[in-house]
Amino acid sequence: MTQQESTTNEEAEELRIGAFICECGVNIAGAVDCNAVADYISTLPNVTTAVVNKYTCSDAGQDEIKKAIKELDLNRVLVASCTPKTHEPIFRACVEEAGLNPYLFEFVNIREHCSWIHMWEKEDATRKAKELVRMGVARAALLEPLQSSEVPVTNKALVIGAGVTGMQAAMDIGDMGFQVYLVEAGPSIGGKMAQLDKTFPTNDCSICILGPKMVEVNRNPNIEIMSYSEVEEVDGYVGNFDVKVKHKARYVDIDLCTGCNSCVEKCPVEVPYWEFNEGIGTRKAVYVPFPQAVPLRALIDKSICIDCGACSKACERGAINMDQEDTFSDLEVGVIVVCVGYDVYDPEPNHDFGFGLYDNVITTMEFERLINASGPTMGKVVRPSDVVQPKRIGFVQCVGSRDVNSNIYCSSFCCMASLKNAQLIKEKYPDSEVYIMYMDMRTPFRMYEEFYNRARDMDIHFIRGRPAEVTENEDQNIIARIEDTLTNKIENLELDMMVLSVGAVSPESTEKIRQILKVSRAADGFMMEAHPKLKPVDTTLDGIFIGGMTQGPKDIPYSISQGSACAARATRFLAQGKALTEGITIAVDEDICVRCEVCVPMCPFQALKMDDDGKLEIITALCKGCGTCAVACPTGALQQSHYKNNQILAQVKEVFAYEEV
Amino acid sequence: MSDFEPDILTFCCNWCSYAGADLAGVSRLQYPTNSRVIRVMCSSRVEPIHILEALKEGTDGILVTGCHIGDCHYIEGNIHTDERMKEIVDALEHLGLKDRLHLEWVSAAEGKKFQETITDFVEKIRALGPNPLKKNKKEE
Repeated sequence: MTQQESTTNEEAEELRIGAFICECGVNIAGAVDCNAVADYISTLPNVTTAVVNKYTCSDAGQDEIKKAIKELDLNRVLVASCTPKTHEPIFRACVEEAGLNPYLFEFVNIREHCSWIHMWEKEDATRKAKELVRMGVARAALLEPLQSSEVPVTNKALVIGAGVTGMQAAMDIGDMGFQVYLVEAGPSIGGKMAQLDKTFPTNDCSICILGPKMVEVNRNPNIEIMSYSEVEEVDGYVGNFDVKVKHKARYVDIDLCTGCNSCVEKCPVEVPYWEFNEGIGTRKAVYVPFPQAVPLRALIDKSICIDCGACSKACERGAINMDQEDTFSDLEVGVIVVCVGYDVYDPEPNHDFGFGLYDNVITTMEFERLINASGPTMGKVVRPSDVVQPKRIGFVQCVGSRDVNSNIYCSSFCCMASLKNAQLIKEKYPDSEVYIMYMDMRTPFRMYEEFYNRARDMDIHFIRGRPAEVTENEDQNIIARIEDTLTNKIENLELDMMVLSVGAVSPESTEKIRQILKVSRAADGFMMEAHPKLKPVDTTLDGIFIGGMTQGPKDIPYSISQGSACAARATRFLAQGKALTEGITIAVDEDICVRCEVCVPMCPFQALKMDDDGKLEIITALCKGCGTCAVACPTGALQQSHYKNNQILAQVKEVFAYEEV
Repeated sequence: MSDFEPDILTFCCNWCSYAGADLAGVSRLQYPTNSRVIRVMCSSRVEPIHILEALKEGTDGILVTGCHIGDCHYIEGNIHTDERMKEIVDALEHLGLKDRLHLEWVSAAEGKKFQETITDFVEKIRALGPNPLKKNKKEE
């Protein structure tokens, strides 16, 4: 339909607009006189009815809309209530049920954008609400019916990140019968959980419960693990994502390697093992990530390899391939689940509590590796300065959390982690003195408070306070000057080793994938969910989900639950085999188009091209409806549906309703 | 001029700044009642004619808001917005209206920034005085 035709149609049709003003209990009615708004709106041209509802989104409210559409023959519906970000789909579906095209619905936000931000200015807020609704009425009059198109969904999923959350998501999607690509940046799946010693609140050995799960993921016929790989590009939309994955060169043929370690034994280059052991202990230039790694395959760190050839000679199967290059895969998937995890807070730059200045101040993650039976010390807890077992150990809570100088949020797992580690020390070395220095102990959820009580019964000392000053004496013992704020006693606590209970931060390395996918970033740096309560694993992007620490700090049970939640949310699309795409796209009026091609390079999605006859062709499936090309068009031939110039200009002119001159 | 209340029009993109405005609301961050939001899918949908028409009508100030550079839901829409706004500001300079248009990036997480942006802009326009092109308002 050309513009002219549509204008003619509009003229032919008598406009009958129904306006529904929501009180939202007192959320809106507390600051806006909704009856006054309705009274005013009912005087505007084309408005057939304007009514006030207690809750327009309730069953009763929606029934009233449907009834009015039928009885009053409404051909436009306007709801003035909350935000379209949560409620537009609900009302579009409601009017559609009553036979109206969903795009003939107009939403006006008088809650987030009015009553909640002008809580004590009833008069001004009411006037503003009237103007906002008037603007909506002007726009509603010009709305045109649109069709959203149904697109087929590729019945495969991509899970990015193979920590415990991503593994769970991949397993659940795989078990529901859909193929999953599980892409992991590191050389093995397992994530941070593989580094931990025990896990609260039951003190299970972490790798003993994770290891079998890793094997299960590997055995699942529907899961293809792509380790040491990164997502480079993502194109497309829900149901039809095109993904480019880079497989980083391992310089080891993983089909030939058996993970036997004979190459590792011969390699002469040894460096601190940062990636897995936090720099405690060493690894070779060629190494197998850890004994339970999946895939259990070696890789070569080319940045330190001296090319001596010892590994090649040692490998009976000829798996070493120093000429290997990065390779790429192009995947087609219908949905994407992002579980890229976290980093522990780094206290080094600010030397929090002497970290980086004194050898015997370490982080929780370093402690996990120290006390881990398969760690670099075989589980013997020793302090870094002299490799002697420390007798007096103190834990400092909230390092990099709940602190205006670093992160204001609570990382939630660190209290329990320190309680666990304190218990482990007391079990292993009963004559140790263990201190926990805290602001508040936070132990919600099942069995957690009991776990805290258990620690108290084990003669672990709790000091409510944070060290004000940390120094080191001639024995390299740590002196923490601390006030116990429960007793108002200040003391210089002498410790052989101090452990900083570091919180979680969003890794800088995940910023790239966030930007590729266009997932929003929350103020704390983690990725942002679509709704903090109702859609905790959805994003605002259809078909893209986030789980686990990607969305903020959480413990293992919570992360696993989110992995399963992501799988359930994502699989809805795969099971239905189809998805609806937004009806808002671009259209060209060929009578006005002068074929100047200015618009073509404007489109970031290559949805515009000149066809063989030199005419502008729009590939609707690629158009995402941003409207940037419409602005570039010098003749106005390109129009973005639902955001046409006349529709926006009607809002511009009606909002403050100045007199015609 | 003390009782002058500026009329402010704010264009928000669907993905970032509109959600930022929502967050300001959910957080009950109070700010002046002068601004009215028009939602577009991308800040790059805002045309010069939208701004010029608004000014011609008498709107005292216009805010265009979108995702931060690098965060655009449409990859580079806001880069076009940035370029176009500079051109419009140049054009408005000749009309003596350039201070009445302001571009600001506000993410979905920046409710506080949205509040501050509106508050500051209202104060700025209040100090600037009414749009010389202002028409009378219709009676309600």
